[in-house]
Amino acid sequence: MSALRKTCLIVDDSRAIRAVARQLLEELGFDAREAANGLEAIASCREQMPDMILLDRNMPQLDGIGCVRAIRALPGGKEPKVIFCTTESSLMAIAEAIAAGADEYIMKPFDREILELKLSMVGI
Amino acid sequence: MTAGEVALICDMLRRRSGLTLPPEKAYLLESRLRPVVRKYGLADLSALSALVARRNPQVVADVVDAMTTNETLFFRDMKPFSMFRDLVLPALLGGRAAQRSFRILCAGASSGQEPYSLAMILAEEAARLQGWRCEIVAIDISTTALERARAGVYSQFEVQRGLPTRLLLKYFRPVGDNWQIAEELRAMVRFRDFNLLNDLAPFGRCDVIFCRNMLIYFDPATKARTLQNIARRLPADGFVFLGASETTMGLTDALVPIRTSSGVYRPQAATGPAVAAVAPSPAAPSGSSAASAA
Ligand SMILES: C[S@@+](CC[C@H](N)C(=O)[O-])C[C@H]1O[C@@H](n2cnc3c(N)ncnc32)[C@H](O)[C@@H]1O
Repeated sequence: MSALRKTCLIVDDSRAIRAVARQLLEELGFDAREAANGLEAIASCREQMPDMILLDRNMPQLDGIGCVRAIRALPGGKEPKVIFCTTESSLMAIAEAIAAGADEYIMKPFDREILELKLSMVGI
Repeated sequence: MTAGEVALICDMLRRRSGLTLPPEKAYLLESRLRPVVRKYGLADLSALSALVARRNPQVVADVVDAMTTNETLFFRDMKPFSMFRDLVLPALLGGRAAQRSFRILCAGASSGQEPYSLAMILAEEAARLQGWRCEIVAIDISTTALERARAGVYSQFEVQRGLPTRLLLKYFRPVGDNWQIAEELRAMVRFRDFNLLNDLAPFGRCDVIFCRNMLIYFDPATKARTLQNIARRLPADGFVFLGASETTMGLTDALVPIRTSSGVYRPQAATGPAVAAVAPSPAAPSGSSAASAA
């Protein structure tokens, strides 16, 4: 049945955070892939566009803002739901992420309930 | 605390607030009343129960307040709020076109997330509500919850529970580590300290009543009484929203669900077109006075 499972891409430079997010998302029925920075995320999206992207903001190489802009410009790049997931919690940072193309925004630390609520907000 | 003292407090709670504490939940007394014991500088819960026995009004109010469960979140369960926007609001726009006013009662509003969710929906629909008077009255028995509701200040955790980020950006501003809802939204909701066991007559006619996740704490007799109290405020074309695990079944015939497990109810005698068939009114003419929702 794996063809029916939703796919997600977890983008974070912390391997520990990727592992936590992966476990939660797999429990919620996603097939998860990972990327350690924005450039890796774009490469991954070129290969296969996921249904949802959980995106950190501050990362080496290419940060979350640059990453979501680049992904939105790819063919099919408007499709995935993009949820920012970052410790940045200023109004400016949130507004910037939404303006850059994110659908939702999670301020770390977060828990399973918040992740589930945000997923249903973006309709996934 | 002796069994007699536990019974004394439980009995007071049931009569005062409707809260029915089943024996297996009696342990909640210990944890939730500890701050009240401390506040009055008492030795223990036995000393507190002595003050309750003497009906010390401030102590009784504090005990009731401490025992309420105020758990809530923005747009809780989502569906009731989309039903309000897509089904109830168009029905009101049609049915109240002559008066151009309606009143929403939010019973058991806790710290305000529910009435403010409704206020945000109305604010988003401000264009259609030009010239309308939209009242939201929010009541609760917990003074602590009401204080929080009036202030409209929520933690980072609370604004992430159910509140879409787009609405956070539009209607909240940061205050320190917290977020406060905009003044114009706070102005849309009137908060009142009111016990739902009392007759709701002072609130007059209420076109829509939200009464969610409060009846679950009541015994069947109190549930039935509360539902009848609510039904009496409702015009024939009014709506009631109950919580996901709440029902009128076996409690009252005064309210009937519009569809099974919709959580939306109408008065039994409701006649006229089926809800689904009520067409949205054409865009309300603009001009006249500004919408109170704007
Ligand atoms: C669990 S909260 C539900 C809040 C909100 N309606 C929701 O669904 O998210 C229940 C609220 O009902 C209030 N409550 C309990 N008994 C009450 C009574 N007799 N009169 C008014 N409010 C009451 C409590 O103080 C509490 O804030």
